[in-house]
Amino acid sequence: MLAAALLAPYAVMLLTALKPEAELRVAPPRLLPVEWRPQNFWTVLRDPDFQSWLTVSLAVAAVSTVLVLVAAVPAAYYTARHRFPGRGAFLFLVLVTQMFAPTALVVGLYREFFELGLINTYTALIAVNAAFNLAFAVWILRAFFASIPREIEEAAAVDGCGQAGALFRIILPVALPGIVTAGIFAFIAAWNEYIVALTLMTDASMRPLTVGITSYVTAYVQHWDLLFAASVIAIVPVVVLFALIEPYLVGGLTAGSVK
Amino acid sequence: MYPAVELVRASLGRYSITGLHQGTVGLRNYARLLEQEALPAVAGNTVAWVAVVVAVTIVLSLGLAQLLNEAFPGRRLVRWALIVPWAASLIMTSKLFVWIYDYYFGLLNRVVAAAGFAPMDWLGDDRTVMGAMIAVGVFVSLPFTTYVLLAGLQTIPGEVYEAARVDGAAGWRSYRWVTLPLLQPALLVATVLNLIYVFNSFPIVWTLNDRNPGFAHDTMITFMYKIAFKSALRDVGLAAALGVVNVLLILLAVVAYLRVLRGREEPV
Repeated sequence: MLAAALLAPYAVMLLTALKPEAELRVAPPRLLPVEWRPQNFWTVLRDPDFQSWLTVSLAVAAVSTVLVLVAAVPAAYYTARHRFPGRGAFLFLVLVTQMFAPTALVVGLYREFFELGLINTYTALIAVNAAFNLAFAVWILRAFFASIPREIEEAAAVDGCGQAGALFRIILPVALPGIVTAGIFAFIAAWNEYIVALTLMTDASMRPLTVGITSYVTAYVQHWDLLFAASVIAIVPVVVLFALIEPYLVGGLTAGSVK
Repeated sequence: MYPAVELVRASLGRYSITGLHQGTVGLRNYARLLEQEALPAVAGNTVAWVAVVVAVTIVLSLGLAQLLNEAFPGRRLVRWALIVPWAASLIMTSKLFVWIYDYYFGLLNRVVAAAGFAPMDWLGDDRTVMGAMIAVGVFVSLPFTTYVLLAGLQTIPGEVYEAARVDGAAGWRSYRWVTLPLLQPALLVATVLNLIYVFNSFPIVWTLNDRNPGFAHDTMITFMYKIAFKSALRDVGLAAALGVVNVLLILLAVVAYLRVLRGREEPV
């Protein structure tokens, strides 16, 4: 029952995606299509616009995820292992960055990139995505690193393993689930990002999926069937990825925040 | 490597803020902001939007989390179902609800008609558009909140309940006096993060309110966006002033909430 209630809207999405266009405009509406039209998915996949949005989304999400991990892993490791002056302030700063969602700052961001001449560049989009996902990644990773007992490193040192060696051969493999979690989370956040892309990418040919698909339904053309087919294609992989990291995500969240 | 990281972060933070400041001319923009006719309505909308969405979400999530904490057939399925609205892009979910709410072709009116009521233009009617948006807001906030509360519930050891039972507390009393106090840290996290997320939420109001002219159903965030990029005003300075106000409001709400909770904790 409960599962059905949560999934019902998405079932409507899927079923609408499977209807021929003529069937969208029947009143009263029907839940199930009379004629099933899985070809809608092919239409979308073969649409050059869709292919371009998909490429942009994949590239932006992938590059910003790599950037996030490269910056977050050392920062998280350091804060988890060492006490240094300003450590508390640093962690608080990380939390505050998390609060300033891009939405609240979007006007400032637009000004910034406008002055840098970076409107309509992937650089801008990737930088914003990476910057805003960094905080969350540091937060989650720190919890993972902190949960690895120090004795493992000491044991490695006894066995003649240098500090760098211990980091790469012992700590990183043990923390791998955490790194994967932070990575997937950053990827999904970038994949679903809407407002920054809407604002910075004014050139229609450079837009990612979230902004691009809305052009299937405008005041002039209303391809709800294609919009939903595209949405289903975009959502399914993300849901699978999300399901993979779900157990770690909640653990990481509460380990960081519930003291 | 670490100072470099902090440098990057600090520079990013400062850039955004100077971006905001460059847009303002002294305090003139703030004064003009107060003169905006739409401001009272927008502020009212924002308060209603944040308060109702967060409150309803927390209450429903408490129930959901409690349910998911018990073992029952199909629990795995519910947890999976709960992931979908969380993982799905907000803009896609919003578009989906625009379609479901549609006057002629939406399924909601079909259900309403079947129940014997007159169909409504959910997103076009001043009386229903806010409620329609709030419903979507709650729907997408539920998964995250439920997961945080569920994690909180799982940290409560079973012995505590046994002790409560020995002392003669059961059912509601056990829940009220044992579960809720122990759940407080998780509740705090869930509430604060929801306050921030819901206040900052853009795609839902932006998409569902798309058809309506003016600012009658905007929140502070979409109002700011319209001032900056869409309306006849196209005034970045004014929007930036509103942006600063927004950020301060979030900070204020969060700090106030933390204060209240700490104040309540201390006497115990």
